[in-house]
Parts: sequence; structure tokens; C-alpha cells
Amino acid sequence: MYFDKETLEISSELRKKWEDEVKKAVARHPDRKERWSTVSDLEIKRIYGPEDLRNTDFQRDIGYPGQFPYLRGNQATGYRGRCWTFRMFAGMGSAQDTNARWHMLLKQGQTGLSTAFDFPTLMGYDTGDPHARGECGKCGVAIDTLEDFLQLVNGIPLDRITTSMTINPPASVLWAMYCAAAELKGVPLTRIGGTIQNDMLKEFIAQKTFMCPPEPSVKLISDTIEFGTKYVPRWNTISISGYHIREAGSTALQELAFTLRDGIEYVEDVIRRKGLDVDSFAPRLSFFFNSHIDFFEEICKMRAARRIWAKVMRDRFKAKDPRSWWMRFHTQTAGCSLTAQQPYNNVVRTAMEALAAVLGGTQSLHTNSLDEVWCLPTDHAVEIALRTQQIIAEETGVANTIDPLAGSYFVEALTNEMEEKAWEYIRKIDDMGGMVAAIEKGFPQMEIADAAYHFQHQIESGEKTMVGVNRYATDEAAEIPYLEIDDRIEKEQMERVEAVRRKRDGKALKKSLDDLRNACRKGDNVMPFCIEAVKSLATLQEICDVYREVYGEYTDPAMY
Amino acid sequence: MTSIVKSTVNIRIPRCTERGDGERKVLGMTDRKIRIMVAKPGLDGHDRGARILSRFFRDSGFEVIYTGCHQTPEQIAASAVQEDVDVVGLSCLSGAHRYLFPRVVELLKERGADDITVIGGGVIPDQDFPMLLDAGIKAIFTPGATLESIAEWIRENVNV
Repeated sequence: MYFDKETLEISSELRKKWEDEVKKAVARHPDRKERWSTVSDLEIKRIYGPEDLRNTDFQRDIGYPGQFPYLRGNQATGYRGRCWTFRMFAGMGSAQDTNARWHMLLKQGQTGLSTAFDFPTLMGYDTGDPHARGECGKCGVAIDTLEDFLQLVNGIPLDRITTSMTINPPASVLWAMYCAAAELKGVPLTRIGGTIQNDMLKEFIAQKTFMCPPEPSVKLISDTIEFGTKYVPRWNTISISGYHIREAGSTALQELAFTLRDGIEYVEDVIRRKGLDVDSFAPRLSFFFNSHIDFFEEICKMRAARRIWAKVMRDRFKAKDPRSWWMRFHTQTAGCSLTAQQPYNNVVRTAMEALAAVLGGTQSLHTNSLDEVWCLPTDHAVEIALRTQQIIAEETGVANTIDPLAGSYFVEALTNEMEEKAWEYIRKIDDMGGMVAAIEKGFPQMEIADAAYHFQHQIESGEKTMVGVNRYATDEAAEIPYLEIDDRIEKEQMERVEAVRRKRDGKALKKSLDDLRNACRKGDNVMPFCIEAVKSLATLQEICDVYREVYGEYTDPAMY
Repeated sequence: MTSIVKSTVNIRIPRCTERGDGERKVLGMTDRKIRIMVAKPGLDGHDRGARILSRFFRDSGFEVIYTGCHQTPEQIAASAVQEDVDVVGLSCLSGAHRYLFPRVVELLKERGADDITVIGGGVIPDQDFPMLLDAGIKAIFTPGATLESIAEWIRENVNV
């Protein structure tokens, strides 16, 4: 029990008096609206009190940081021992352009790197492929071969800086490039650290960068997890992501539930397919959440996520190592909460969202730039976004104490509610036969589509407010610097790839791709073969075409 | 050499930009439903808007064909002709619209289907409007355009 009987009785009495007051007040001045809800449309009560925590047990549900169920954080020291990592997602144009941005960010006090790739790279196409026309360098950096990759990490100390790569279907290929680059720079695989996103389930559910069907996609992920467990122990081989689920229009609850259920699916697959002991790989699983504009809902979502995952790992998978119970996660502020209109307001939104992520206990954070609705961010906009994190970390004092909102009636009650409702979704997906089966039925996709449609109507009807969009709108033009990626970059990149193709050893190349194909057919782990292929300067697409050939291609089922 | 060009531009939010050429078609009197293809050209996976629009058009009485993501302009033009649509609505948020949108119009023309109205939307800075309109995109919808305003434009401008 969180409160003793006497406190609950007193509370109940005082509550009655307060309710009478409310009734009288509302009779005189009705509330500004009838129903109050989060941005995800979860209804919120006027007040929360001890009775809302009637079923909460301090030891079982709350406790202290570094203790099961880790509601209050994984680390006993919180942010005092180690601040979250300032990790700005960056990538544009050529490898050289992106490398310059990375060095700028490191100089400005960023503590980790994070890579945005362009769409052809994300989808496993070379710049010159017909599917890739017009996209080169637009939404991130174009990487076709190991040579581009070496340019990307030029001057970056791979043994000291951790790098995250947002890459999914071709994650094995880009990671192979990273491993090969480390080898060429004389850094052993045991010393490199970083993350590959490598979460295909959320691609089928939400982000839509896919290549092969779900089943072989999960197999490739298990290969990378196995390889990391054995040879690259400091690497997070997956970042199980809710971010994109949310951006596609899900509610906070759906983001929480689908992401954790995805995590369960991956753990099950590695155990079943690879026969690895859960504690050998679970400590390297990492997560990635969205921090949207509804402040408390986000904080509660992150707190609930830690508690659910701890229970999943201990009770469902019987993990024994406490590090397997930890949910470590990166957070990005919500791109979809930003507005094209009055773009400077986005600085304020991002600051609030970043604060929620910190109060939710994130290990790593990207703050969006004010101009990201329009384009890849300019240097100046990125600097403001990075400074936002630094102000939160070093001026506001919120990092002084751990989980400062714990014990708040509202925060604990909402955390409990989100956890309970997430379990309902998780059980439902279990009953469907797991997440791959649910995806094949279109279940998470349609849940999200419904939520996105509902939200759009709430905005258009004025039920929910977006400042500058459906309230306080102006017709004034906003003048902001706009970063434009020159169309010439496509041709230059194609020329670079051609030059690499000309100097390759054709025999070694063919052998490496044949070996990879055989490994795919036999069901072997692809990673060692993938590393050999990138070293023989196979292009990204040449390797991905092997995957497509053996595993087949997946196309968008176009549900709406 | 760096390939990035930076420019300061006025970002206007016109919601809908069209060329006022006075060539508004006389609307037909048939009861046939407008057939619209909502298409995602290129490799962009940002389909939230396209899917919401597809559902809204369906709920508003249009016949809707949604292509899903990752369509080449060639695939879009071929399906548009095959499905005999009245309108193609292109959605692109990756910045590749400068190549992809005009290419769809060009391919429709090649197939003798230039009676199909092509409109577009997404993250499109206003400095790109003139080239898109010149290329034959009839209207461009940007952030702030409501679902209803887009449906309304189609009802007013597309002859069935």
C-alpha cells in the first residue's frame, strides 16, 4: 500500500468537500471545455490524489533508481554521474558535407554522433538506380561504398566517439562499413561503440523503409545481434524504436505498446534462431522514443516503459543479469509537433519536449531544429537546438536530483494507467501470434491510421490546438534561412561511385558477393561475409540485391 | 567542394498555390464519382498525410486509389492511365519533388493522358512553385491546407 488507511480516509473526506466546491464553481463559471485529454486523447481528470494510488505498492512499483523495476532509472547516480548524451541526428549531401557538420557539432560540445542517411541509402539503392532519382543527399547523407563511408568518418576517433546510425533494411551493410573502417584505422572491433537502428518491425508498422519481407528481415537482425554479442561487445545492435510509430500518427500509448512488443519479438527470435542465452545479448538492446508536446504523458510513457521492460525481461524471458532488465533509450523531440507556420515557435516546443525527455530519464537526446519542418537544419538552427539541451542540463537544475516527479499523484497514476493499457495491447498482439503476425494482419498499421485520422479531425475542428495553425494564425511570411541541397550532388555522387567501380578487383568482388549469397541461402550469419563484400568495394545496392534475390522483396500494402 | 547551397528565402504559407490562368473548366453534369489516385513518388516513406487524405477523399465520396510508398514516376503514370483516374495527387516530403513531380506530368503526356489533373503537396518551399506550375502541376498544397480545402479544389477544378 502506498498510503495507509487513515490517510485515505482523510483524503476521501477532504476530497468530498473539494468536489462540492468544484460543483458550485462550475455552476457559476463552466469549464472552458467539457473534456480534457492529452494530445493522444487520453482523458485526464481534474485532479489526482492518494486514492488514485490505492493499488500502488511502493516497494513493488516505485522504489529507487538502480532497483527493480527501474521506474526511477537504471543508474543509481542518475544524471549526476553521467549526463545524457547530446546526440544530434545529422546528415546531408555528400559524405564530405556531413563530416564537416559532425566536426562542427563536436566542436560545439556534442558528445556523440548520429547519422541521417538519404533515402536511397536507407532503402538499399545506389544513387544511380532509377528508384533513387532526385533523392540523393536530400534527407541525409548518400553512402554507396566503403570509400564514401571512410570520408564520412574522416578525423572521427572511432575508439572514443560513439556513433549512431539510423539505418534499417541495409543495417548489416552500413555496420559492416563501420567495422571495416575501424579495421582500416587500426581500431579493434572490441573498442568501437555505437548503435545501428536495425529495427525492421517498426518499418513495416510505420516508417516504410523496407526491402525484404518481415521474416527474413528479422533473421538479418538476429544475425547482427549475434555478431555483436560475439565480436563487437560495445555496440548496440538494435534501437527498438517508437519514434517513427509516433510520427506516423500513433498515440503515446500505441507507441509504448508496439515498441515494447517489437522488443519482445526480437528477443524471442534471437533465442529461438540463435540459441543465445538471453543475458548474453539483452544488455545491448536499446530503445528509442519520441518526446511529443504533451508534457506529462511523455514523462509517464518513459517511466512506464522502463517498468514494463524490466518485468518482460525478468518474468517472461527469465533474464538474471540486472543489465538485461534495463531499458536504455534515446529520445528525439517530435518532428510532427513542429509547425511550418511561425517556425520560431518550434524552438519553444522543442525545449518543452526535451525537458520531458530528461524528466523521463532518457540516456541520449536529439533536439529538433526550428527549421526541420522545411528542410535539413542550417548550422545556426542546429546550434540553437543543441544549446537547448545544454541549457536544460546546466542551467535549469532539473538534472540535480533523480526522477523529481516521482510520487506525484498524477504522474504515478498516469504512469500506472499507461502501463496497464500497454499490457492490454501486448497481450492482444501475443494472442494474434506475435508482432510479425499482427503486421501481416495490418493491425498496428490500422490502429495508427485511425489515431492519425482522429487527430487530424481534432485539429481541423479546433478541438485540439496547434498554435499558429488553427489558432493565433497569421498571414505574415516567416523569413527563415533555408538549407537547400543542390541537385548537382546527384551527378557528383554517381561519378564518385563510377570511379570506385573502375578501380575494383572484379574477381575478389564477385567472390565476396557469391560467398554472401551462399551464406544467405544456407542461413548462416551474413555479417562476416558482408564485411568482406564492403571491403572488396561492393556497392550498397550490390549487397542489398543479394538480399533481395535470396529473401524476396516487400512492397507497401498501401493501407489507409 | 561542398555541394550544399544555402539561401535565405521567404517561407510563405500559401496553403494552396495555383496558376490563375482563367482556364477554369466548365464542370460536367455527370453523377460519376471523381476518381483520384493518391501517389507517393520516390523513396519517401512519410505517408501520414497521404493516408489521411486517401481516407478523407473516400469518406467525401471520391473513388480513391492509394499507391502506397516507393513508386517510380513510371509506375504512377502507368497506373493512373490503367485506372483511368481524373486526378493524381502527389505527396512528397523528402525534397525530391523537383525531379519527381514534373516527371509524372511528362510521362502522362507521353501516354496521351494529359487530361489527368496532377496536383501535389508536401514540404515544398515556395521558390519551387514556379518551376512546378510551369511543369504542369495544377495546384500545390502545403502545410495549413485543410483536408476539406483540398477536396473542394478538386471538386471545383476537375471535370468528370
